[in-house]
Amino acid sequence: MSDRRSFLRIAIVGAGSIVAAACDRISNSGWGPSVLDQAEGLNRRVQGLLAPSATLAPEFSEADISAVFRPNGTTMPATAAYQALLASQFRDYRLQIDGLVRRSASLSIDDLKKLDMRTQITRHDCVEGWSVIGKWQGTLLSAVLDHVGVEPQARYVVFHCFDDMDPGSPYYESLGLTEARHPQTLLAYDLNDKPLPVPNGAPLRLRVGRQLGYKQAKYLSRIELVHSFAALGGGNGGYWEDQGYEWYAGI
Amino acid sequence: MNTQSVAANPVISGVAKTAPVETVKCRRLIYRHTLPIRIMHWINVIVLPLMFLSGMQIFNAHPKLYWGNRSDPGTAILALGAREDQAGNPIGVTRIGRHEFITTGVLGVSNDRDGTPDERGFPSWLTLPGTTWLAMGRRWHFFFAWIFVLNGLCYIAYSLVRKHLQRDLWPTPADWRGIGRSILDHLRFKHPHGEQALRYNILQKLAYLIVVFVFGVGIVLMGLAMSPRMDAVLNPLVAAVGGRQSARTIHFIVAWAFVAFVLIHVIEVLISGAFNQLRGMITGYYGIDVVEPAAAAISTQAHGHE
Repeated sequence: MSDRRSFLRIAIVGAGSIVAAACDRISNSGWGPSVLDQAEGLNRRVQGLLAPSATLAPEFSEADISAVFRPNGTTMPATAAYQALLASQFRDYRLQIDGLVRRSASLSIDDLKKLDMRTQITRHDCVEGWSVIGKWQGTLLSAVLDHVGVEPQARYVVFHCFDDMDPGSPYYESLGLTEARHPQTLLAYDLNDKPLPVPNGAPLRLRVGRQLGYKQAKYLSRIELVHSFAALGGGNGGYWEDQGYEWYAGI
Repeated sequence: MNTQSVAANPVISGVAKTAPVETVKCRRLIYRHTLPIRIMHWINVIVLPLMFLSGMQIFNAHPKLYWGNRSDPGTAILALGAREDQAGNPIGVTRIGRHEFITTGVLGVSNDRDGTPDERGFPSWLTLPGTTWLAMGRRWHFFFAWIFVLNGLCYIAYSLVRKHLQRDLWPTPADWRGIGRSILDHLRFKHPHGEQALRYNILQKLAYLIVVFVFGVGIVLMGLAMSPRMDAVLNPLVAAVGGRQSARTIHFIVAWAFVAFVLIHVIEVLISGAFNQLRGMITGYYGIDVVEPAAAAISTQAHGHE
């Protein structure tokens, strides 16, 4: 009996190791991830059908707000440009908007506040699995896009950030135009009725209602409208996307 | 499963009354599982482990569970963590509510592939990939989730159309009356061998129905409830279970309930005749012991024996 049991044990462990090794080979191969990646486009399209562009992320009440809005990733950008702005309490901050736009612009926070704004209490879901709820006040990205005028060949909005993830490799993100024009897509300057704290992305960050946390770029320096993000960073449309995460982060 | 050939066989049902006739006990192969059912079963055999292991990889990115919408610090109902002992060695700590358990080596802290202790929720042998690699775990999970969902939908559609669900899985009043007997039989590891073995007993029926319609449907819905995009339309469901973190917790519990089901299922297969059961699910043919008149036995042997 014990012989049979140890044989069974060895068989299970052996078979398990072979399967695990095979799976790891697939993960590290060229073709494996590209097959698995097929699901991303399917998820984006099917979720787009099930939850159309106009649907809104759930909004919460003041009582639901997290005591602390947990920051993740960079909490203090070390770049000289950011440190200089921080030293003057962002008085000289300007958001640069260029690329495929009719009129490039350079907007201060006060300029942004003159455009259509929105306040929303929404949940922030990290790709790691945790959630926090915060109250955001910001300018509708659609209002900013209308302000500069989007060229017809533009397809993506790229967000360039002040924080370097690796030396010389700043954080960046991108959204398609539909998601960029969603009524809950904000350039947020206030969190819980106070100016955005540095760990949460001061002075201006992106809020996307229906995607994961890594899409919500912090420390925005520049917005660029492009036809393709192939030439930016690693070519996948964002810093974490270049590390293998999905560009479509609705799931 | 096809029980019709036996139920309609007057020879078998008449056996007891025709005592003077010489009878013989023999083995008869019955076509029990149709090809689509067999294919869908083996797809699940591949997909469920991949879903589970990649799910544990995703869980490890934040190895804590909460109830409600938020994951406030200090409110976890389950936490797999690590701390250092006095000598500075990492020890794994599993916290369930207020109770702490030292689980070094398995939960919280376990050895890496190269043998060094590492801070991780579940050990490397329970995650896909074996290293800490959230992005790749997600790719596997969301790819095979499609196969799992499509396979499950095909199973439900097929079972309804072919009346497998109504005929073989839906409990009859007689089943419910026999539930006490069925529980006793299971506790004594007693399994029927004759034509009775072709019918699912009440506990089997309930187990399969619960796995398909509670675990299967539930784990998919709770998975979708975690998707921020789907929350825009599924919010009533998310709210009904208490929030996104509740959905994550339920998703996790059901994943382990699947593990429990698979373990019981495999044990039952082993003790009720592993060879016969495996042949049934691979070729479709399942052997039963029948008592027949001697004359009929000859013709039986011609089309199937062991």
